[in-house]
Amino acid sequence: MSNRYRKNLLVCNGSSCQQASDADLVAFINFKLKEYNLEDGIKVVQSVCSNKCSIGPNIIVYPDNVEYSKVTKSDIDDIIIEHLLNERIVERLVFDKENGNGVAPIKQYRIALRNCGFIDPEEIKDYIEKDGYDALAKCLSKYTPEEVTQEVIKSGLRGRGGGGFPTGLKWEITSKSVSDQKYVVCNADEGDPGAFMDRSVLEGDPHSVLEAMAICGYCIGANKGIIYVRAEYPLAVKRLKIAINQAKEYGLLGKNIFGTGFEFTITIKYGAGAFICGEETALIHSMEGFLGEPTLKPPFPSVSGYLKKPTNVNNVETFANIPAIINKGADWYASIGTEKSKGTKVFALAGKINNVGLIEVPMGITLREIIYDIGGGIVNGKKFKAVQTGGPSGGCLTEKHLDLPIDFDSLTAAGSMMGSGGMIVMDEDDCMVSMARFYLEFIVEESCGKCAPCRIGNKRLHEMLTKLCDGKGTMEDLDLLRNLSVVVKDTSLCGLGQTSPNPILSTMANFYDEYYAHVAEHRCPSGQCKSFMLYYISEENCIGCLVCARKCPVGAISGEKKKLHIINQELCTKCGVCMEKCKFHAVHLN
Amino acid sequence: METIKSVADLHKIRTSILEAKQKQIVENDNKKLVEIKVAMATCGIASGAKAVMDFFREELPKRNIVANVKQTGCMGYCYAEPTLEITIQDEKPVVFGYVDLKKADEIIEKFIKKGELVDGIIPIKYELAN
Ligand SMILES: Cc1cc2nc3c(=O)[nH]c(=O)nc-3n(C[C@H](O)[C@H](O)[C@H](O)COP(=O)(O)O)c2cc1C
Repeated sequence: MSNRYRKNLLVCNGSSCQQASDADLVAFINFKLKEYNLEDGIKVVQSVCSNKCSIGPNIIVYPDNVEYSKVTKSDIDDIIIEHLLNERIVERLVFDKENGNGVAPIKQYRIALRNCGFIDPEEIKDYIEKDGYDALAKCLSKYTPEEVTQEVIKSGLRGRGGGGFPTGLKWEITSKSVSDQKYVVCNADEGDPGAFMDRSVLEGDPHSVLEAMAICGYCIGANKGIIYVRAEYPLAVKRLKIAINQAKEYGLLGKNIFGTGFEFTITIKYGAGAFICGEETALIHSMEGFLGEPTLKPPFPSVSGYLKKPTNVNNVETFANIPAIINKGADWYASIGTEKSKGTKVFALAGKINNVGLIEVPMGITLREIIYDIGGGIVNGKKFKAVQTGGPSGGCLTEKHLDLPIDFDSLTAAGSMMGSGGMIVMDEDDCMVSMARFYLEFIVEESCGKCAPCRIGNKRLHEMLTKLCDGKGTMEDLDLLRNLSVVVKDTSLCGLGQTSPNPILSTMANFYDEYYAHVAEHRCPSGQCKSFMLYYISEENCIGCLVCARKCPVGAISGEKKKLHIINQELCTKCGVCMEKCKFHAVHLN
Repeated sequence: METIKSVADLHKIRTSILEAKQKQIVENDNKKLVEIKVAMATCGIASGAKAVMDFFREELPKRNIVANVKQTGCMGYCYAEPTLEITIQDEKPVVFGYVDLKKADEIIEKFIKKGELVDGIIPIKYELAN
């Protein structure tokens, strides 16, 4: 191999680094390299943004792996003379904790995603090579079910499906239920808008879930496992099927696993994609072939679940953590995270954030680190407004929560919740009343209709929010909105209705001024609600060309040639075509 | 078909997997082996990862490069799909984002053949638990 370059400068091409930069750094460095006669041995490469965005522009010297931050034009000479020519690191540009300037290197830490993107999910040998099935082997050959359960309890792992219930404790309770048959169920329904963590785990590392389900079966005394996965995830289903078949062929599922006499089989059940079927009692009814409707707890599934037998329901990501906990030990796992929320959490970043994607970070990380260091900041350099966590059951976190260490309890205290890990980022252009309406629209569609508060209450809440967005709301509506939200929360049968007004309550708590503006000032502060918009044609610019009148899809514009045209506000649907088509900038928006 | 009947069998299979890899290196005349992993989750496939993977599978043998091209799951960089990771034997893996067919060709000619970095690298910024 003949690499003519002895070193590379990796210049971050991410939008937040570019915005922070005082020059086109790539061009400037190339110019400087020529000056120093170094262009034959050093190559500048543009890299894709992945971290430390808040202290950009970032440049990495490769292969030395030294990262310089907050680099300006005036630093380039130093980097060239000191680092490239004299092999001395320019300490003042290295930002990390050791260097005393307070910026810790933000590291993602992958436990649940440890194999995702590294192994071929359709090849069991890839998984085995990465210590796959070692955890199951260890449990079956060395430990009693009680010992394994205690290890999971000690790890502090809490359910990743939203509720955050201690996993080991759930296993212990299910193990104590006496029955001739028990079940392990994996909840892969993943229904909240914007969440795709579980799909990624199933598509990238299905064996880790199978292995963990078998370990759970060993602990609770179950020999049957069922994965409830939505049929809308065809690739996940395909890879799960392949994984189950391979595990069976290898003898890692079935009878007498590892010659220990332990038997465990796994089957798949398909969900039709209803949000409510992620709720564990509804999920169980759906598996039994009944309507996917929830029932009151207790009895909890751990006592009476699938076919009335004790059933342990855990989420995909919860399971994916288990083999790592067994292999590396509960103490290792418990050393990561915060006091009451151990380990890491996978988040799906979506919305107005530059680096939309999947991340796994230690519990206790701040929102600021997630958004500005890993997420690359807000699209187009706009101002951050809020992030919705916990999907339709959660709430919004705002600027004042940016430095809050994130865990199950801190998010609940802040009026939101961890949920399953979807994070939808919103900027200054997003209207919080519309946002709440979006989630209520989802809930109205997804409510199963079994209990009146959820079926009727959410519909009324949605109507009131629509009224506000349409500019027809009154101050009484605001009071009613808040009161009804509380009633729906208090009286609904299951977790869906008990949390569905959260987006309303939290936006009202954090952005009451926006609600107020919609009603009292008759305006939408972020300019998103169309009903407040008014298109009009100005006398100065209009030459009377008739273009807008011809293009208006609803015939709302009238006028004669060479005379001022007029928009009929009653008919106008605010589509904006007139403004787009007018060549004379005569159409304005207020 | 190998079946695993004991813990020892599991370890035996793992050893044989590693030995098979070693054998491939020797059979490759001790030239450096190239491993390419293409992120093929739903999102990756939707943005064109399959075509990129097929391109590598077709082109590398034609250009006399011995490589293992395989699919893998989500790498997490939704904003930069299609993404792939290339490991040249004994060297650190390098991840590339926004890989279309043109970029794939450049990667073969410059990075794989000459070891030269090209635009579009995603610096790896995480630790793994295993
Ligand atoms: C409306 C609603 C939807 C839910 N959706 C899911 C889901 O998609 N996936 C999931 O794992 N848990 C979901 N849950 C939580 C489950 O009821 C249950 O708590 C969880 O699967 C338990 O697993 P864990 O302890 O591992 O989190 C949902 C709960 C409610 C109330």
